[in-house]
Amino acid sequence: MAGTENSQKSFGWAATDTSGLLFPFHFSRRENGSDDVTIKILYCGVCHSDLHSVKNEWGFTNYPIVPGHEIVGLVTKTGSDVKTFKVGDRVGVGVIVGSCKTCDICQQDLENYCPKVIFTYNSKDQDGTKTYGGYSDIIVVDQRFVLRIPDNLSSGACAPLLCAGITVYSPMKYYGMTEPGKHLGVAGLGGLGHVAVKFGKAFGLKVTVISTSPKKESEAINRLGADSFLVSSDPAQLKAAMGTMDFIIDTIAAVHPLAPLLGLLKMNGKLVTVGLPDKPLELPIFPLVLGRKLVGGSDIGGMKETQEMLDFCGKHNIIADIEMIRIDYINTAFERLAKSDVRYRFVIDVANTLASN
Amino acid sequence: MAKSPEMEHPVKAFGWAARDTTGILSPFKFSRRATGEYDVQLKVLYCGICHSDLHNAKNDWGLTPYPVVPGHEISGVVTEVGNKVKKFKVGDKVGVGCVVESCRQCDQCNKDLENYCSKLVLTYAATYTDGTPTYGGYSDIMVVNEHFVLHWPENLPLGAGAPLLCAGITTYSPLRHYGLDKPGLHIGIVGLGGLGHVGVKFAKAFGSKVTVISTSINKKKEAIEKLGADAFLISRDEEEMRGAVGTFDGIIDTVSAVHSLSPLLSLLKPDGKLIVVGAPEKPLEVPIFPELITGRKMVAGSMIGGWKETQEMLDFAAKHNILPDVEIVSMDYVNTAMERLVKSDVKYRFVIDVGKTLKPQ
Repeated sequence: MAGTENSQKSFGWAATDTSGLLFPFHFSRRENGSDDVTIKILYCGVCHSDLHSVKNEWGFTNYPIVPGHEIVGLVTKTGSDVKTFKVGDRVGVGVIVGSCKTCDICQQDLENYCPKVIFTYNSKDQDGTKTYGGYSDIIVVDQRFVLRIPDNLSSGACAPLLCAGITVYSPMKYYGMTEPGKHLGVAGLGGLGHVAVKFGKAFGLKVTVISTSPKKESEAINRLGADSFLVSSDPAQLKAAMGTMDFIIDTIAAVHPLAPLLGLLKMNGKLVTVGLPDKPLELPIFPLVLGRKLVGGSDIGGMKETQEMLDFCGKHNIIADIEMIRIDYINTAFERLAKSDVRYRFVIDVANTLASN
Repeated sequence: MAKSPEMEHPVKAFGWAARDTTGILSPFKFSRRATGEYDVQLKVLYCGICHSDLHNAKNDWGLTPYPVVPGHEISGVVTEVGNKVKKFKVGDKVGVGCVVESCRQCDQCNKDLENYCSKLVLTYAATYTDGTPTYGGYSDIMVVNEHFVLHWPENLPLGAGAPLLCAGITTYSPLRHYGLDKPGLHIGIVGLGGLGHVGVKFAKAFGSKVTVISTSINKKKEAIEKLGADAFLISRDEEEMRGAVGTFDGIIDTVSAVHSLSPLLSLLKPDGKLIVVGAPEKPLEVPIFPELITGRKMVAGSMIGGWKETQEMLDFAAKHNILPDVEIVSMDYVNTAMERLVKSDVKYRFVIDVGKTLKPQ
């Protein structure tokens, strides 16, 4: 019977088919090994990837699936080789829980790009069993993939940093978007986009939000601190902003045209895509060649960099803007997420609302 | 009333021009400006035939102002200099490439990136700062501001070296700019034509392992034995492509036809870079997920190079004996050469011996 391979009982909510509806689900976790940390989960962010996965939109979901990879909790057990964490520590777990640890890529602290990477849910673990995510009561994780949460950040609002945060922080560093005074465009104002605005301001950039929804303008400027707002469906606004941005972080998950975004870039400008459209996008080559522009991708970040990102957030008091929900609200939350009806991340209050029957 | 090309300027000039979208070239009388105080006048000795010349002659990009005198891979000798010219004297061997003017004061120009200036003036099919059309190197003389004239290295042949001025810089610049010039990297060159074959030579000179990626099996022997490539990958062979997945640090894509980027992206290692220098006229599909994202890969463009870098490239080519492989042709062969170019029937660049074969009618 699925989910009974291991010996620590666990309880969560899982989806069992492409309707994507979640229901209570009993399963198990492995015994806490010598390198492991067992964590009682306090909060788990609801990432758009969770929604894509429960509905099998990418075609590789292995049901039943317990999503959730923005996890904050408390250490309850530590293995004999674990030195950096102790019982009671407040920790986080993000999108990955394992890698080969020995290849060139892992040696460069880029476990997220390891060909043998193990995802927090819907992956095959080292022992051959399936991984289950953070919409559950406990999780057992190799210490290399556990993160310290800065003391001054509140647990619930910090949870989304573990995916949304690192997903925008990493490319901002890698593609050089940290030079004060440069102009950053953030396309899409959802879970990823709103954190990108905050990081952009912390790096000293001028930030313009690029969105199809004019009603997000007031919040973007007054609450998130963006310097300006561009309605991308307005040709006049697009034209006026052509060739003004040094970089753009594109967080849009739906299929969308790249040409207008490329037009917003200055010469040598960089467009980095972190959203995951389920079909290829059209890329006009002339603007790339004539302007030496680039389109790059990025995928979360390695563990060292994720810790660096969390510490950066602690230093600059950066947290996500969240709506806290009960676990039994999750199906409604997913419906609202599909319509982008959230400012800007749902976070499940797991510890207080997930009760085993 | 607009002046005729012959009357526009005081100095008589003669060349071959295309007059309509058939792209067929024929003798054409026109004129060049008087040598201004910062200008260099040169007698054209050789001019390479770039694929862009063909696109322009036929108006494939919809931008050609006829009549067009193509040619932007020009080598020659200085015949006159303006009184404020410091860098050249009569008798010097020189080169002229794809650009003859820029604004000289924008951010790009100030960083020696005149090729990315929003006001750049192309060597042909463009409008000069005096409002007159520019005519290229399929002609007897040129007059060019000294800033855009290049010193010709002593040991570089004028004929075989001419294609460096476009094909050379177009592959040299991205290898440098995107950090693909470090020894020990694995570089792929897609397409083995004018650009591709020079790209192989530069990448080898930088100490890379070089794989040519091509649809034509019959190019394999030459690529390896003559051009020095280390390996050859047939892009239509699924099994070969699968075996090469994730093994390339960078790929320079010279193909100008519409083609799929997905198989090329899958060849890249994580952090790999796919640089497009060919210019397909329709957008290409790029799979954002998983290819681009799960490997932190990038697709980027590059267009020729700035003037400082073009000089550096010429000097590098002279030092490392990097010469394009050319077929020297006479001026009146140009239409046949264009027909053969359409079928990629050239190893690997035609160069017109302008000095000896361009005769005024």
